[in-house]
This record gives sequence, C-alpha cells and structure tokens, in this order.
Amino acid sequence: MARTQKKVDAVIVGLGWVGSVMAMELTAAGLDVVALERGPDRKTVPTFAYPKIADELRYAVRYELMQRPADSTVTIRHNTGQTALPYRRLGSFLPGTGVGGAGAHWNGLLWRPNAEELRLKSYIDERFGADIIPDDMTIQDFGVDYDELEPYFDRFEKIVGVSGKAGNLNGAIMDGGNPFEAPRASEYPMPPLEQTYDAVLFAEAARNLGYHPFPKPAANASQVYTNPYGMQLGPCNYCGFCERFGCLNYSKSSPQTCVLDALYQRQNFEYRTNATVLKVELAPDGKTATGVTYADAKGEEVFQPADLVILAAFQLNNVHLMLLSGIGPPYDPATGAGAVGRNYAYQMTGATSLFFKNIDFNPFVGAGANGVAFADLALSQMDFAKNGFIGGGYQSSQQTNGQPIHHLPLPDGTPAWGAGWKKAVGEHYGHSMDIVLQSTNMPYRDAYLDLDPTYRDPFGRPLLRMTFDWRPNELKQAQFFKEKAAEFGREMGADASSSFYPDGHYDTRVYQSTHTVGGAIMGTDRQTSAINRYLQSWDVHNVFAPGANAFPQNFEYNPTGMIGALTLWAARAIREDYLANPRPLM
Amino acid sequence: MTDFAIDRRDLLLNGVASVAILALGGLAPAMAQAGPDTLENYKPVYFDAAEWAFVMAATDRLIPADGEGPGALATLVPRFIDRQLAGDFGKASRWYMQGPHDPDASPLFGFQLAQTPAEIYRIAIPEVDAHCRTTYGETFAALSDADKDAVLHDLETGEVDLKTVPAADFFAMLLANTKEGYFADPRYGGNHGMQAWTYIGFPGARASFREWVGQQNTPYPLGPVSIGGERA
Repeated sequence: MARTQKKVDAVIVGLGWVGSVMAMELTAAGLDVVALERGPDRKTVPTFAYPKIADELRYAVRYELMQRPADSTVTIRHNTGQTALPYRRLGSFLPGTGVGGAGAHWNGLLWRPNAEELRLKSYIDERFGADIIPDDMTIQDFGVDYDELEPYFDRFEKIVGVSGKAGNLNGAIMDGGNPFEAPRASEYPMPPLEQTYDAVLFAEAARNLGYHPFPKPAANASQVYTNPYGMQLGPCNYCGFCERFGCLNYSKSSPQTCVLDALYQRQNFEYRTNATVLKVELAPDGKTATGVTYADAKGEEVFQPADLVILAAFQLNNVHLMLLSGIGPPYDPATGAGAVGRNYAYQMTGATSLFFKNIDFNPFVGAGANGVAFADLALSQMDFAKNGFIGGGYQSSQQTNGQPIHHLPLPDGTPAWGAGWKKAVGEHYGHSMDIVLQSTNMPYRDAYLDLDPTYRDPFGRPLLRMTFDWRPNELKQAQFFKEKAAEFGREMGADASSSFYPDGHYDTRVYQSTHTVGGAIMGTDRQTSAINRYLQSWDVHNVFAPGANAFPQNFEYNPTGMIGALTLWAARAIREDYLANPRPLM
Repeated sequence: MTDFAIDRRDLLLNGVASVAILALGGLAPAMAQAGPDTLENYKPVYFDAAEWAFVMAATDRLIPADGEGPGALATLVPRFIDRQLAGDFGKASRWYMQGPHDPDASPLFGFQLAQTPAEIYRIAIPEVDAHCRTTYGETFAALSDADKDAVLHDLETGEVDLKTVPAADFFAMLLANTKEGYFADPRYGGNHGMQAWTYIGFPGARASFREWVGQQNTPYPLGPVSIGGERA
C-alpha cells in the first residue's frame, strides 16, 4: 500500500521550464508547492562542469542527459493498420529527463509563433476558404490570440534572457529584425550574438535572393544579464557544445541558469528527484484530482495529496499520464469522439549542406542558437492555393555542435567507409555550412496518441502509442524548401552539396526534431480539445497541463517561447481566478 | 569586420596557459595499461581471440591506414570497441529491450533486435567467419584486402545471409562504433594521441572560442586537447 505524504496546495509533475516557472508563480501566490521529477538532480556544477561536459560520445551520441527508453518510451506505427513497435533507442526525437528537463540540453532558440498560427483555422477560412483544407486535416484555433499572450511572451523572454533584434516594435518595422513577426511590446533583452562566417555568407546570399535575413532569437547570453528573478547569465563563449549538453558557462538559458536557484530559496517549495509519477488520482466523482501517486528512488509507491495538479512533464508524458489516469475521454480516430490523444503533430525539418573547399568555417566555434534566418516563407506569408500545400517555414544557417561523430557532413556520393571516406573527412571537415529548414506540420484525423495494447514500461503501465506518418501536404512542403536551399547553393557558388529532407515514410532513426506536440490540445470546445484556453482539463478542473501537448498543430517556430507564455498565462488564470473559487474556468 | 580580432601569438599563449591549468587541476591521465599504448599490448576485456582478429581486420578496412590521415588501428579503434561492448553500451542498458521483438520490421522503426550489442558481435562474428570459410576457404582476418572489402560490402547491403542477426544491422553497428572510436575523446580508448582530431582539424575539448567567433575564413591555429588534459 502506498505511503502518504503530507498534503500540499500544489503538486507539479516534472521540473523543467514549465515546472520551474509555474513553481515560481504558485509559490509567489503563497501556495505550498512540491515538484516531482522522475530523473536525477542536475546543477551546473557539478553536472555540466568543464572539462567532462565536453564529451561528444557521452552526451551527444549515447544521450547521457536524455530519457532512457529502458525506463520510458513510446511505440510507433505509421498508420492504424500496423502493429506499433517500441522506440527502443533514441533517434528522431530526444525527450529530456532530470531536473531542467529538455530545457537543460536544448540549443536555446526562443521564438514566438506568428499571430496567424494561433487562429489557423479561422485564418484559412477567412483568407482561402474552408474548402482548401483536406478532409482529414484537423486544423484548429488555439483558443487564445496572440494579442492576449503578448505580455506573457514578453515576460517569458525577460525571464529566459534572449539575444535578438526586434523586427516589429509595437507595429513599427525595425531594420535588422524579422519584418514579418507579430508586434512586440519591447526589444529583446540582449543584443544579438556575434555571427559565425557561415551566417554572414548566408545573410548576404539571402539579401541577394530578395529575402529579409535577421539574427535568430537566441536564449544564449550575448552579454551579462540579470533576469527578473535575480538570476545572472554570463556571455556565451561559443564553446561548440550546446544542444545535447548542459551549459558549462552559465550562458545558455535553462531552468538551472534562470530559475532554480531563485526557486530553491523559497521556504514553501520542495522538490524530490527520482520520483516517477505513475498516476493522477481522482476523487470518486471523477471531477477533481486528489493528488498523484509516484514511485520513489527505491520503487516504493507514495501518494502525494494536493489541491492542484500541474502536469509539467514532456509533451508525450503529459498525454501518457492523462490517458493512464482517465483525465478526459480518450480519442477514437474511427469516430472522432474523445479528445485525449487527438492531433499529435511533429515538425517538418530538413537540411542542406554546402561545401566550399577554400573556406574555413571552424564548425566547432558556435553557440546553440546563433545564426541568421529569414521568414519570407513563413506560414503567414504563404499562398496555400498557389503552393498546393498548407504550411510554411523558416530557413537559417547556424553553426552549432560541429563535433565529428554526429555532425560531419560529406557531399552526396561520398563512400560511407574505406579509403574514400577517410580522404573525404580530411578534405571536407571545416569546409561546409548548413542551411536548415524548420517548418509546420498539420494535424490529421488518424495522427494521434493512445495506449499500446502490448508493450509495457518497468512499472507495468502500457506504453504510449504514436500513430504518425508524413502526408502529401508536408512532403510537398519539404520539397518546396529543398529547392529554395538549392537556390542558395547556386547563388553562393558551392562546390558540392548534400541534403536530407523527408521524402517518404517517417524514419524514426534519423534525428529530426524533439518538437513533438499535441495530444492534449487546448481549445474552446470540449468535444475537440482536452484542455480549455486556460490549459485546464475540461473534465478534472484542478488539473492543468501547460506544454507543447496543448498545440493543435505545429507551427514553424521552436516551441519553447509558446510553452513559456502558456505557462505564465495558465499561472495567471490560476492565481487571479481559480484559487479563490476552484471550478471549471470555462 | 570584427571587434574581437586578436593577435595570433596571444591566442597561442592563451591556449598554452589553459592547458597548463588543466594539468594543474589534477585530472586523471588517460587510462593506464602495461607497456606502450599499442594493440599488441592490449588485452581485450570482452572479445575472445577470434573475435579480436575479426574486429582488428574489419576496422582496418573500414578506416584503412593508407593515404593521408591515421587508420583505425593506429588510433586503437578496436580497443575502443572492446571497452564499449564491456560497458553500458554493450549491455544496451539505456535501450528498451522488452519483447515481443520483430526483427523483420521495416528499418524505419529502428533497432528491433532481441540481442544487446555485445551479443550481436558475439553471434555475428562467427557467422561472418563461417560465410568467409564457405565462400573463400579462410576466416575474414586471413582474406586479402580486396576479399575483405567484398565481404564488408555484402554485409552492408545485406547480401550475406547471417543466420541470427541481419547482416546489414551488424554492419551498421560495426561501422558506427568504428567511427565513434576514431573520433571520440581518447578517454574511451580510441582516437589514440588525438590523431583523428588532428587530421581533420577538430580541437577536441577546448570549448572556448570567444575570440574566434568573428574571425572569418581563418584557419584555427591550435591543436586539440582532450578531457584528460593531453594536447597534440
């Protein structure tokens, strides 16, 4: 029988960006808060300390900081006719674990979505007519508008500390920024990072091709910065060990560098590591949660009673917990009934490497999120009728993680081994640059998450099952952008190139993106969303699930800015409305 | 173009200083062993003699000695693979290994075998040697370079039918582990003397380039350092 802990006001599942920022907000409101983190504790020192963090094999190849599939994974199939198979070793996406979550090992790209993307269904209906949307494409509005969220984007950017250049300041278009972005109330907290030579060349070529390049918004400090919590960042030293690593230099924004040491000062906050939440427990009437049951480091079950439950785990794990706990009806793709698991989406990415034998790029020099992008082909700028697909993206050049085991691009046609391979790595390492695509992924009726009938985790719980494949809309989009990257190659006079863009079924082996989204989406209609516009469960009103699980479809920009804004938006609703009168807010 | 252009001589001095600090920090030296660091002096901890002969011969063809740059044997790649298979990687300790397994699954769904990497090498090597004896009359290690390359090619494309594990899966793992051993930090037993890093111009664990980010199209002048503080 489970041991029972002392009751708290709020229990938070997961101590990454969402959990740590929510804990700051709720403790500030006077609540007693406990966070339960399934992974180990992690601090800049000793966990990310130099020199041992500068280890490509351990962190970037064996995935030391990531979720271990042995402990927790999903099964994957391409369609409902297949038997799903376990994602046995990490490949296409890399969920985090441990204190800091994916916020410890990300690159730090901190974007806002386009305003149009938050009301995508309405935008398409108005602009192109509803008929342009294929029958099985289940696009929805988020249920919250950009203008409502702007103060929360702004606040989150100040907490995180972002280096960038505004392109639209209160409606005024600013030189050097992204002219297509939605209006911002304030400039970025820090000026842009310095650019590596690849980005300088890319920006020049982009201008020649008629685009409007700008520095990417980077949660890597370009100078000394103190955030509203009193946490300090030091300027990035471009160490070249960013994504998949923790920051050795207190420069990459993370829960560790931006939130946790401020949070740990609060007497009404406690966290427990190696505490895997197994289930959210519901009251007999099913309308409220009574707390959560977790397994501690010894595997013993513990019940943590709480008045408020915040699901702040990685997107897939939030959906998994909701399905395991009976929070809302599970989605059935055959009938369209039920909402939990609905609208799983991914991110369509691709990359073209351009080779220049006479240029030294020094690819080991780089931050996580330095580089230059253009947004002329963002979703908000696209004519879907003319293009023949619904979507958009941004392309950029970035120099990050030029480590030779996992990032040594070679021209198409290079042998994979033998004397030819050895000669090629000597000739080409340091003489190539990447043009990277990140683009939208629309949701579909039978792209969804449910519980696997066969495979179980070490606690005996069914694994989460992912049913997902690329559709003609996204494949056409990838080819569109592949051709745009090829134009750069011609403009820049590259000696050779190579590229990877999905052109068939989803390949789970090749790293593409950790931006898995949806499955417990937000909205204003309980028939088609699992949580309401305040990120509150429609069915169990003291459960909130802010995170990428809330996205009805995936926009082209990296998700963390939106996740942070939604967390602060939900926290405001809890503090100013829910606590005084706990009830369904819609 | 840059605010941070600095004298190359200063940078070299800074580089030397940072290495000296590393050495004073008392970091562990590269793993000790009896006698000079050579494959002849190395006693495998996982492989038996026949397996070791195969791995020596196969990695020597995957990254051969001839031409510019070091080969797999000069960089002690077989030692790296041996130690990896004896450790967490060999045991698949991070991977989901519960059945049922479907080895006939589409490769798009990734690793689906029931065996750990250590078991895969143990099973596959004698099967490759058996194939070589049947086809060429000798074990893999005794074949000519041309025949070795032909066998490796047939493994890569799955044209050899190994009985227990798919040949292409075994080849892909062997090739990935060989490249890992070539480029990983020397603390794991390969990339001996950081030769592979020196060859391609990767500075290893230096991890500090504030002065270099704005240096455009300028070769980086410093050699690599390792996590253990060695420099080359």
